[in-house]
Parts: sequence; C-alpha cells; structure tokens
Amino acid sequence: MSTLHTVNKSPFERNSLDTCLTVAATDSTVLMYEDGVAGALQNTSASSAISDAMGQGVKFAVLGEDLDARGLSSDRVMDGISVVDYAGFVQLAADHDNVQSWL
Amino acid sequence: MTEKTFVYLNRKAPYGSVYALESLEVVLIGAAFEQNVKLIFIDDGVYQLTKGQKTDGIGMKNFSPTFSALGDYDVNQIYVDEQSLKDRGLTMDDLQALTYEDEDDDWAEKNSMHLVNREQIAELIGDADVLLNF
Repeated sequence: MSTLHTVNKSPFERNSLDTCLTVAATDSTVLMYEDGVAGALQNTSASSAISDAMGQGVKFAVLGEDLDARGLSSDRVMDGISVVDYAGFVQLAADHDNVQSWL
Repeated sequence: MTEKTFVYLNRKAPYGSVYALESLEVVLIGAAFEQNVKLIFIDDGVYQLTKGQKTDGIGMKNFSPTFSALGDYDVNQIYVDEQSLKDRGLTMDDLQALTYEDEDDDWAEKNSMHLVNREQIAELIGDADVLLNF
C-alpha cells in the first residue's frame, strides 16, 4: 500500500511535517502545498529532516502554484523534490492507494 | 492627539491564512491617524515581504505590491528578524526593497527596511505604547 501524505502547514510554525516524516514509509510520497511549500526550499532548518527521509526512500513533491504565490522560485527547491502543478497533484492522488492530509 | 508608538508584530505567512492581509489593512487604516508606526516581521511573517509574488495560480489577490505604498503613509520603520530569515534559507535580497521619501531631507529616498536581532526586537516591543499581533 502506498500513501500520499499532504502537508499544508509551514514546518516553522507547526509540527505537521515532522510528524508526517516519522510516519511516511518507503513507498510513499510527501506533497507540500499552501504554507507547507516553505519546507521545500534549500538551506532551511527543515532541510536535513527531508534529506534524511529521502535517504529512506520517501519521495517528495511541492506545488508550483503555491511557490509562485509566495515569491519562492522553483530553482531554490531542494534537489530531489519535484515541482508539480494542480494536475500533478491530482495524478499523485490517483497514483497512491491512500491520501493522508496532515492538516 | 498625543502621538503613540504602534508596533505591529507579523508572524504568519501570506495566503495560507488571512492574518497577513488583515494586518496590512489595519496598518493602512491606522496610518491615517498620524501615529509613530513600526512593523516587525518575524517567524513566517518574513514570507510576506518576498519579491516576485505571483498569485494567478492560486486564485487569490496578490497584496504584496501594497507594501511599497507604506512609505507614502509615513510607515517607514520596518524591521525584519535576521534569525527568521536564516532559518528559512532567505536573505534581505529575497525581500522587497521598501523605501520612503524623507520630507525633512528634501524628499531624499531612504531605506525603510532594517535587519534586526532578537535583542533589538525586545527593545521595539518594550518601547511600544500599543502592540498589535497578527
């Protein structure tokens, strides 16, 4: 069973991403959107936790529209995190067995 | 009317919640009363000031250009927390360069943005007559 985990809260304000990463299994994907996109940038205090999870085989994606809205360029996103659009969000939901929303 | 020092402490990212927009609205309304106004951006509040915000994709109004109008309302003391930028992989170069024209200095264009540490923020809070949190 594969799970898509969605995180829409900033990792600097809530512990949603932290808790998500403790649960996310090898064949799962974590999608960051809304204020959650802050976690996808390089060189932040959240970066090492994401790198560690990548090392465990967790895949990561971030919603481009929410990066654009916040003036955060997609070329500042950490290597290994794919930038997707809304259609890509839907595709991810369809490609996984479950969607867990860390609200 | 006695002039008071109003300090607005902004701690939330834009668009994910309505705090940032509401704060800006209150600042603009308050500006009409000719008080001494200071804005502090700390924690996720620093994201409010990023350059190049494009909100077409999320169907929300981009209110970031409004910050550049603050100087015209004599709101020209804007303080950004250094540690908050660092934790988020940002620098002052990622933020809008907000300025104002100094009427006491032949309308010279001056910088409104100040990078501050927590000690300076403590002072700003301590010196406030009115504190508003968003």
